[in-house]
Amino acid sequence: MPDLLIEFLSEEIPARMQKQAAENLKKMVTDRLVEAGLPYEGARAFATPRRLALSVQGVPARQPDLKEEKKGPRVGAPEGAIQGFLKSAGLASIDQATISKDAKKGDFYLAVIEKAGRPAIEVVGEIVPQVIRAFPWPKSMRWGAGDLTWVRPLQSIVATFGPETEEPEVIPFSIDGLTSGDTTRGHRFLAPDAIRVKRLDDYASKLETARVVLDPQRRKDIILTEAKNLAFAQGFDLVEDEALLEEVAGLVEWPVVLMGAFDEAFLAIPPEVIRTTIRANQKCFVLRDPKTGKLANKFVLVSNIEASDGGKMIVAGNERVIRARLSDAKFFYETDLKTKLQDRLPKFEQIVFHEKLGTQGQRIERIERLAGEIAPLVKADADTAKRAARLAKADLLTEVVGEFPELQGLMGKYYALAQGEDASVAQTSEDHYKPAGPADRVPTDPVAVAVALADKIDTLVGFWAIDEKPTGSKDPYALRRAALGVIRIILENESRVALAGLLVKQHSVIHAQVNRSTVEFDFLKEASAQNDPAPEPPQDAAPDPAMVKNLLAFLADRLKVQLREQGVRHDLADAVLALEGLDDFLMIVRRVEALGKFLDTEDGKNLLAGTKRAANILRIEEKKDGVAYTDEPDKRLYQVPEEQSLAAAILSVRFEAKHAVDHDDFAAAMAAMARLRPKVDAFFDKVTVNVEDPPLRENRLKLLNQIRAATAAVADFSKIEG
Amino acid sequence: MSADLPPHMRPERSFQGLILTLQRFWADQGCVILQPYDMEVGAGTFHPATTLRALGPKPWNAAYVQPSRRPKDGRYGENPNRLQHYYQFQVILKPSPPDIQDLYLRSLKAIGIDTALHDVRFVEDDWESPTLGAWGLGWECWCDGMEVSQFTYFQQVAGFECRPVSGEITYGLERLAMYVQGVDRVYDLNFNGREGDKKVTYGDVFLQAEQEYSRHNFEHSDTVMLFEQFRMAEAACRRYLEAGWADATKAKHLMALPAYDQCIKASHVFNLLDARGVISVTERQSYILRVRELAKACGEAWLATEAGGRA
Repeated sequence: MPDLLIEFLSEEIPARMQKQAAENLKKMVTDRLVEAGLPYEGARAFATPRRLALSVQGVPARQPDLKEEKKGPRVGAPEGAIQGFLKSAGLASIDQATISKDAKKGDFYLAVIEKAGRPAIEVVGEIVPQVIRAFPWPKSMRWGAGDLTWVRPLQSIVATFGPETEEPEVIPFSIDGLTSGDTTRGHRFLAPDAIRVKRLDDYASKLETARVVLDPQRRKDIILTEAKNLAFAQGFDLVEDEALLEEVAGLVEWPVVLMGAFDEAFLAIPPEVIRTTIRANQKCFVLRDPKTGKLANKFVLVSNIEASDGGKMIVAGNERVIRARLSDAKFFYETDLKTKLQDRLPKFEQIVFHEKLGTQGQRIERIERLAGEIAPLVKADADTAKRAARLAKADLLTEVVGEFPELQGLMGKYYALAQGEDASVAQTSEDHYKPAGPADRVPTDPVAVAVALADKIDTLVGFWAIDEKPTGSKDPYALRRAALGVIRIILENESRVALAGLLVKQHSVIHAQVNRSTVEFDFLKEASAQNDPAPEPPQDAAPDPAMVKNLLAFLADRLKVQLREQGVRHDLADAVLALEGLDDFLMIVRRVEALGKFLDTEDGKNLLAGTKRAANILRIEEKKDGVAYTDEPDKRLYQVPEEQSLAAAILSVRFEAKHAVDHDDFAAAMAAMARLRPKVDAFFDKVTVNVEDPPLRENRLKLLNQIRAATAAVADFSKIEG
Repeated sequence: MSADLPPHMRPERSFQGLILTLQRFWADQGCVILQPYDMEVGAGTFHPATTLRALGPKPWNAAYVQPSRRPKDGRYGENPNRLQHYYQFQVILKPSPPDIQDLYLRSLKAIGIDTALHDVRFVEDDWESPTLGAWGLGWECWCDGMEVSQFTYFQQVAGFECRPVSGEITYGLERLAMYVQGVDRVYDLNFNGREGDKKVTYGDVFLQAEQEYSRHNFEHSDTVMLFEQFRMAEAACRRYLEAGWADATKAKHLMALPAYDQCIKASHVFNLLDARGVISVTERQSYILRVRELAKACGEAWLATEAGGRA
């Protein structure tokens, strides 16, 4: 069966778009082939900086013939209906239609339309221009005087179709002045002449001769292997970087790996700065000395040409640029070291964090206060935490971070250490942004934990307060990430933090601070500069309990998502979170775990069944009577021992469970619950609830309610499945 | 090409030789070789020969040097690469020809960059000018890892679709000269291509200016006057635009260029104010929007002029 080859040759396609574009091309063409009745055996798509190519193997030469029956009006129908039918079925006269016999409804006309399958080459000739017009580039453009859009100007199109054994045919079409053909061009500089191509194998090998490696994976392999070999030959290790590799493979059609060096004196700059400079600006790899683990004064570059001087000029040119870049970086770094972090802070008073949430300076002041409040909860020294909070963001105003925003925090750490700050204070600068995503690590230093929590809580409360919550896919302030960060920091550090109070307090701080007058604010600024305790919020601030409740619910939702991802039963999380007033996330998780264990036991299963039975009966009867049986039962009305002993058990279990829960001993709470189980079983065994005697029935319903109430000491059992 | 030139005029020997070579190359391609626009602008794109000529249906091919002022980039002459005043060489080809990349590569060859020896790359770089209401797609062009030019296909200017599309090539002349002359500090560039006591460097010509303008831009520029100038330019621009319509149908405009001068003026004054740090973050956005509104109105007027293709 014939193969299809398509190539779009264009001006340079952005590296970051190539991979997805190849996938899109494959899907768009093959979907349309299948839709047109042309199933295929296999397809492969490729991208280079200048071309997108697709090969589809084993496409039928023709579409299958189709036979379609079209039901018409009944025989003897009015002329108008007959004419309409002829028109829609494409028939010249009614003689061309057959008559279908139908004894019940009467005979009617039937048109049998035979649609002969068309040659595949014709169909593909229609599909390809459609694909070009509909292609989903992240950004596309027009050029010259034409109307066509593509990622960059499209220069030529190869489209061939034919069986393996024969010369393929050109699939003829034109689009906006471009006509399909079977010629392409090789490497822009090394082999720019036109070449005729047939099908994939021939195409790929001719391109290879013309200095183009078609397959991006092969380009990556070549770069990685050669880079490692070059590094190894000089006694170094390549610092691997998958994203950079992917990008570089998208910048060259003929990768030639070369090595350059820079002055060793630059190694005095923090290695991350060197690496970021070389990577971001020059798209080069750095090397490491395997003995010391430190960066080497070498780099690996990937050129797109085999230069006639073996690459000497290219290396020299890149070395010059890297020298200039590193000189800049060194200058920035050394300039930064001249100013103490705390001396940068006044500038934050001029920088707006958010129109409605004040300046960065105000935000830092808030985080500092909150970090001091959280510190004792996470076993950090409050003064150290406040100092760390005050300095944690100061590096945002440094030259290096201005140049490389991705180094925020890390540079703060270097600068803090350089000015002799406490190690925890320095670490906090880097760690208070963490975790930056689900895969990122969580801070563990107690001071960093306090500041990381304070930073995220202030963000959450602030944006909640001005009603900028995430909606659907929109989360411009990354609040979901902040919420997940709070949860992970608390859980992974096993910290005991009652959030509700912190949220309420922070809300009133924000409220008071943002509404404060400038004059007062300047005064406070001076006060805090003298190391006085952070000002207490004025008492007139009005925190909104509904807002804090809403934020806690949002956090609880993120917790559920997090627990579900860890494989925890979602109904257990629901059962615990259904209880009012829980805001200590570590204890919530502990309770969920204890509940899960309990429900795996016989006692747990049976108690759950009993509780559910009680709840079901209550639901039905309460509905029927229109009353809620929440009052205490009257013990004088107990008639059988099972009632009395259940009532007694409930009393003691409730007391014990509450005591255990109050001491966060959920295993003990569950053990207490377990003692309820035989009594509940015995009750249902021996006692009829819905008896004739109304006061007795009512009393028994109240007793059932006591079961529900008792279990609610650990969780809302009605949310548990099974 | 440089073989028939005297040594001091060769592009790899002198800054002026580089400029003259580029001018000659693009003249050979049929471009009108213009002179710099006689107003302060932030980039060659602001020259009406680019901004306004990119609008409307008429073909247009031009090249020129444009002194560009970026008050914030001043470094008192102490940074080897950064200047508050530098030169761009600007080429605009409308409609963008199909061989525009080849033309560009040949221009590099003309100034001594041999693509058999040097690694020239087109690296994604989209361009957007919030003040001009303009954007385009293109690349930064790298030579051995150094960005030497910007290449843009204009899609929109002054808020109007560009039809046909112009191709814009901008050479950073100092960078390029540093590369071909093999110099690491801009002030060490040989300006006139002479040696010994006849040699004039870039520093001889511009170092003092960089120091003085840095002082001016960061410390002494008269902000009261500048705020007033911004308002005046903005008002004048609107007045000229209003007065320029030939009649009430607003089909024909007779004063788009003088109005656009005031837009350029406002933009530069804004840059000066910004360098002095007297515009807050929130105000900054509104100033940019105000200039953009002027640019849009000028673009609209231009499209109703003869060169804009409507009148």
